[in-house]
Amino acid sequence: MAILLDRNSRVLVQGITGREGKFHSGQMIEYGTAVVGGVTPGKGGEWVHGKPVFDTVRACVEATEANVSMILVPAPFAGDAIFEAIDSGIKLIVCLTEGIPVRDMMRVYEYLRHSDSRLIGPNCPGLLTPGEAAKVGFMPNYVGKPGHVGVVSKSGTLTYETVAAMSARGLGQTTCVGIGGDPIIGTTFVDVLQMFEDDAETEKVVLMGEIGGRAEVDAAEFIKAKMTKPVVAFIAGSSAPAGTRMGHAGAIIEGGEGTAQEKIAALRSAGVRIAENPEQIPDLLLEGD
Amino acid sequence: MNLHEYQSKRRFDKYNIPVPRGDIASTPEEARQIARELGGSVVVKAQVLVGGRGKAGGVKLAQNADEAEELARQILGMSIKGHIVHKVLIDPAANIVNEIYLGITNDRQTGCAVMMSSSEGGVEIEQVAHENPNAIIREQIGPSLGLRDYQARNIANAINLPREHWAAFTAIAQALYRCYTDSDATLAEINPLVITGDGTLLALDGKMIIDDNALFRQKELAEMRDTSAEPEAERIARKAGLTYVKLPGQIGCMVNGAGLAMTTMDMIKLYGGEGIGPANFLDIGGGAQADRVAAALRIILSDPNVKAILFNIFGGITRGDEVAHGILQALDEVKTDLPMIIRLAGTNSEEGLEIIREANLSNIHSAATLTEGAKKAIAAARGEL
Repeated sequence: MAILLDRNSRVLVQGITGREGKFHSGQMIEYGTAVVGGVTPGKGGEWVHGKPVFDTVRACVEATEANVSMILVPAPFAGDAIFEAIDSGIKLIVCLTEGIPVRDMMRVYEYLRHSDSRLIGPNCPGLLTPGEAAKVGFMPNYVGKPGHVGVVSKSGTLTYETVAAMSARGLGQTTCVGIGGDPIIGTTFVDVLQMFEDDAETEKVVLMGEIGGRAEVDAAEFIKAKMTKPVVAFIAGSSAPAGTRMGHAGAIIEGGEGTAQEKIAALRSAGVRIAENPEQIPDLLLEGD
Repeated sequence: MNLHEYQSKRRFDKYNIPVPRGDIASTPEEARQIARELGGSVVVKAQVLVGGRGKAGGVKLAQNADEAEELARQILGMSIKGHIVHKVLIDPAANIVNEIYLGITNDRQTGCAVMMSSSEGGVEIEQVAHENPNAIIREQIGPSLGLRDYQARNIANAINLPREHWAAFTAIAQALYRCYTDSDATLAEINPLVITGDGTLLALDGKMIIDDNALFRQKELAEMRDTSAEPEAERIARKAGLTYVKLPGQIGCMVNGAGLAMTTMDMIKLYGGEGIGPANFLDIGGGAQADRVAAALRIILSDPNVKAILFNIFGGITRGDEVAHGILQALDEVKTDLPMIIRLAGTNSEEGLEIIREANLSNIHSAATLTEGAKKAIAAARGEL
């Protein structure tokens, strides 16, 4: 088994006719993902990679029985796209879009809590389940390998690197989850850790965090109280100055809080092994055996 | 994006939050004129986008227009934590009986706005949070319902605000929330909100931070951006669509992806020890097209502290050989003799490094891992490579 995404996932792409949407849905199909259709308002009736395009999510779901939506529409329209996916009964929504205004996300977040949809992201690289040849998002097709390590991360390229390095050392993955670098996100470290803890296939977990907020501290508290599986972590941004946003909207030390040091200390005290350098992650995973 | 005090207070005024009826001056003569029109004593306040103005001597009380002119002369042009004062705000001096704090910010934990208040006004909220966290009263605001009047009363009660001010306080709290929401602010703060001698509430100081991601629909606010305090390189980067933050170190970093860019800086700090550090944070985004690399390279080279440059590019979708061509093409446009360490990973990284080696440039070195790249860059910055 894997978490969130498997071979039963039927994926629709909101924004499939855009340059990025077209490219990444092509990559997903090549990987083996069941992309069943797409949505772009005003482009219904067109075809992309042999998949039908609809004007609305509702029409796409009715015709294709899609149960996962990947959103890759420009930031000004992304909040509305998430609402549309929720209201169309999509249970798993993966929003890759970067730069959504916080005010829009606060509204989405409130609505989401009263629905039974789960949102991953926004501003995230998506999901990869190598054992089921299923991918939603940006992760390069070759980086993953089927196996028993669960990966959860706030960042993109750093994750691809680490996952590729793990695969090269024979450390395959159940599912890799990019939760995103925004201040308000649909799914947190704690949510994903719980899923990995419950997943029979996952034996170990890699957590990659960064400065800003307290999601890693919450994760440490969860690990201490609830997790039986070993966790290895890396926290980016130990050299970052306070009060400055480091690329990701959420990556900022505010009022002296959200430093890498405090996150590392919390994770250490929960028994998590910390990599000083992400290149040590495979070693730390192998050491545990 | 940060707004100046005077910009924030003008914004508050539009929402009927009572603010002092002062005005902004760029010259000592203008300061005198404003002070004369206001009459009586005035406060001359440096307008800089950095905290701690008072301690730095950027806020002074003047008894009359002559003194206001003289103080403005002292304060204008002053440097406060590296920020030059170009404007002063001349406000009528207030008769302060009591000071409180009132602010609204986004709460990551709950995903909604939170109104915060404390009876310890005039002090930075972070300091209160640190020294006396129980003194901060919080009320969460659901976006669809907005702030309820009872929540404002809860706050007024908890900070021991005398009852005769509750109605005015509630109106100010509601106005501040509307201002925060309409402006796509991530922070709207009145500090201090004062009770004056004649028994009214007045927003003596104001601060707003606007969500950069919402500027596309906040045109009026976007035009208020003060770029005079922004390092030139950061301004150029913003225009080129690159995320660049200048840092005090010697090793320029060019990386794709924010997480990887931070990690690259961390590795330089980790292996560099005292005296060696990253010169910048720079995320060039997906791929590494020649024009973006060239723009990034120009920005990094504009920093005279830079002694070496570390490229750390993960070729995911973009192939390593394309990245290598991009870098070489950029180096053709932007000439430099500084040592450069290039580390490519991911798809076709071997081919990419081969292309770099074949170009046979004496100042270019390759690295197979991030650790090796960081160590080579450190050695180069020390002149030991």
